[in-house]
Amino acid sequence: MKIILEQLLNGLTIGSFYALIALGYSMVYGVMKLINFAHGDLFALGSYLGFTLLVSGSAYATVTFGIWGGMIAAMLIAAIGIGIAGTLIERIAYRPIYPAGRLPAVVSALGASIVIQNGIMVIWGPRPQAYSSQVVPSVILNIGGIKITLMQIVVLIISFILMGLLFYIIQKTTFGAAIRACALDRDTAALMGINIETIIFFIFALGPALGGMAGVMVGMYYRKISFTMGWNYGLKAFTATILGGIGNIPGAMIGGLLLGILEMLGSVYISTAYKDVFVFIILILVLIFRPTGLLGEKIAEKV
Amino acid sequence: MKLNKNVNQKNSIFKNWLVILVAILFIILPFIINAYWVDVLFFFGVYALLGLSLNIVLGEVGLFDLGHMGFMAIGAYTTAILNTTFGIPIIILLPVSAISAGAFAWLVCSPIIHLRGDYLCIVTIGMGEIVRLTLNNNPFGITGGSNGVYGIDFPSFGSIFVVDNSTKFYYYIWLIVGLTIIGLVNLQRSRIGRAWNCIREDEIAAESTGIDVRYYKLLAFVLGAGLAGVAGNIYASKLMIVSPESFSFMESCMLFCIVLIGGMGSIPGVLIGAAAISLFPEVFRAFAQYRMLIFGVAMVIMMIFRPGGIWPRKRGAFEFKPLLMKAGEENG
Amino acid sequence: MAKENNNMETIIRTKQENEGKNKINKVVLQTDKLTKKFGGLIAVNNFDLKVSQGEISSLIGPNGAGKTTVFNVVTGIYKADGGKVLFKGEDLAGKKPHQIIKKGIARTFQNIRLFSNMTCLENVMAGQHCRSKEGTWSSVLQTPGQKKEELEIKKNAENRLKQVGLWKWRDELAKNIAYGNQRMLEIGRALATNPDLLVLDEPSSGLNDKESEDLMDFLKEIIKDNLTILLIEHDMNVVMGISHWVTVMDEGKKIAEGLPEEVYSNPQVIEAYLGKDEEEEE
Repeated sequence: MKIILEQLLNGLTIGSFYALIALGYSMVYGVMKLINFAHGDLFALGSYLGFTLLVSGSAYATVTFGIWGGMIAAMLIAAIGIGIAGTLIERIAYRPIYPAGRLPAVVSALGASIVIQNGIMVIWGPRPQAYSSQVVPSVILNIGGIKITLMQIVVLIISFILMGLLFYIIQKTTFGAAIRACALDRDTAALMGINIETIIFFIFALGPALGGMAGVMVGMYYRKISFTMGWNYGLKAFTATILGGIGNIPGAMIGGLLLGILEMLGSVYISTAYKDVFVFIILILVLIFRPTGLLGEKIAEKV
Repeated sequence: MKLNKNVNQKNSIFKNWLVILVAILFIILPFIINAYWVDVLFFFGVYALLGLSLNIVLGEVGLFDLGHMGFMAIGAYTTAILNTTFGIPIIILLPVSAISAGAFAWLVCSPIIHLRGDYLCIVTIGMGEIVRLTLNNNPFGITGGSNGVYGIDFPSFGSIFVVDNSTKFYYYIWLIVGLTIIGLVNLQRSRIGRAWNCIREDEIAAESTGIDVRYYKLLAFVLGAGLAGVAGNIYASKLMIVSPESFSFMESCMLFCIVLIGGMGSIPGVLIGAAAISLFPEVFRAFAQYRMLIFGVAMVIMMIFRPGGIWPRKRGAFEFKPLLMKAGEENG
Repeated sequence: MAKENNNMETIIRTKQENEGKNKINKVVLQTDKLTKKFGGLIAVNNFDLKVSQGEISSLIGPNGAGKTTVFNVVTGIYKADGGKVLFKGEDLAGKKPHQIIKKGIARTFQNIRLFSNMTCLENVMAGQHCRSKEGTWSSVLQTPGQKKEELEIKKNAENRLKQVGLWKWRDELAKNIAYGNQRMLEIGRALATNPDLLVLDEPSSGLNDKESEDLMDFLKEIIKDNLTILLIEHDMNVVMGISHWVTVMDEGKKIAEGLPEEVYSNPQVIEAYLGKDEEEEE
């Protein structure tokens, strides 16, 4: 029982990373109907930005703000930096291509992804880097016999605050309503006086910002980061997005958390080697029976 | 109108000459370049074959397939395992690989073929990843895990002729690419190709025009996978080793780019796209670690300036000279 | 005044034709207590429709009455929740759209759905798909049989293209021709499937008066060729001008049917179109 609970917690932690990244995919897809393939690499860039602030050189953030302060500062700076990077990519690589339809944008997104990935490699080197233990407190707590690391608690709390905040913005505020309106019908939304430019700017800043923060947290949680990690996490997060129903914000959160838990259960009860196979099989099964994901609306094609 | 016709005819003659010129060029190339570049052109051929196979699914039917390397992997491993374990000649395994990859596609795509756009896309990604991860985990001890299977024979026609050096492999792959192109051009100009294009344009209208959408989508997947299986067979016999990392998601994405850079559904376009993907990194080798960076930038710039691809398929009089009327005759 | 007379004449003529024909004409298409629901909304409610051989039947009714839904059930795009569709006596339940076409029902769409990036000729050739059979391998190898069939397809398509008056645009992409021509092309594509029943969803919408007239003449012409037509139409001139039989639908139900002039003066129909008391309007 304890093992199951511990594994569920582990799964939830990984799942919250997936969920945070998945939100970026989902928001962009919802409004633009574009799979932002560069999103995973923006996440990795966030991780490396955190690495620079917290570890490499003089560990500037940690020295200035202390361990916790430094952590928060690194996440905020990563959020801002990656948010800016996200909007820049939209301006440079996507905006000129919108009129040509969806598929050219996919190639452009893949190109942007390769640029970021190799950019990271050129700047930080091809070998994996590690968040050193000095900047990340490694405390293991024992709550009623269940082992949980302090980092895990921090990650879960921050992730849930961020998700809650985003959920509130999207579902409860006028601005969120505008985003949802754009997701349903961009042209009509524009006619209703919604400034599409602002919305696009916002989603391309906010999604990557969340991803960047997730990047810093992944660095702190797993310690080891590599320039190709964006693809692995990106692929998983994209899977989570589809699992929940693409374009659906609560769906992305639930999809991410569920994927993390499934992955953990798969590695415990099946085998570590086959956990990803298990995850993809579940995904395919879900899509066979619910072709638009768990929370996705049924699309009734107008004939 | 008369002027137009002349232009078309000129175009047609020009295009025929171009095809012949390119063919001659490909035949004499190995005599003027060194073995290294012959190998590079061999891999260009493999990419061309893979691009043509994905073009059926993505270009002709418009189905997002980002797991296409999975089909190639099935073909390559079929060849590798059957050859190293049972010593079956590579050349016999060529159709066997095609059939096994096609059968695999039929099996996994049947239940998911009704999915739309991006949902189909993620399922193909998942399928490709399942194949790669499974091969990597050495199921039943037959795939050799991450080391892969090695010691694969060269293709040989009895003991008379063995494809055992770069130049022979070069001719071998381009012969297959050539035959494939002829077959695919024929398909494009048949009711099958039309049905595929109709589905790409408007699925509901296609179904309502009497096209069995499900069947033709599956057919595209099976044929595409079969061709990818052929590519897998040749690839395995050339490298003499197959290992899972050759069939990564990244490679599938590159195939996707081959089709889109060239122009959806355009066969010359696929060749150009394959050339871009396989030759670019070689040409820019001098830039060392920056070459992939440049490559990514080039992809973005390319799409900004030619979103339809370098050589998109043109439709019109060229393909269909009227039967009922003589040239120049007009009727409202 | 002159126009009215003209109309009257048409109506009388149709009536006479009808009386002559009613005895011999058999029913081609019949829906029996057809029901279709979307969530809680009953779009089509126990709807009975009869279409007689060799006639032009019209299905009319206010917006949202469920006309297009009936078409979509008949052509197999939606599954019925209740009732039956009988075509030449055969139940079409569970048949997919492409199978229904093969049985002989071809259709057009309210918002034209062409294969935009294919030429007009190719669009019509696509219509021949269900009447041809050469397979993948014979196409890859271009066997003599395949070549012959392909030639046949092309010849038929060219004839159809001439019939709908679009010969001039054969090599033009479908998306590039004028709206009225696109409508005709869609009809041409449907005709290329050699249908027994042609189902047209608002064929005259978006056409100008001249084009509508031409369309009416065209439809009158093609039914001589052993064809039956069922159409949804808003333009009363078209409905009254060419229909042999009119069925009126409102809120998923049939409220009237009959000869055009009967329906035209039916108080229930007028009510459905114009509304009655203000209290009952919602």
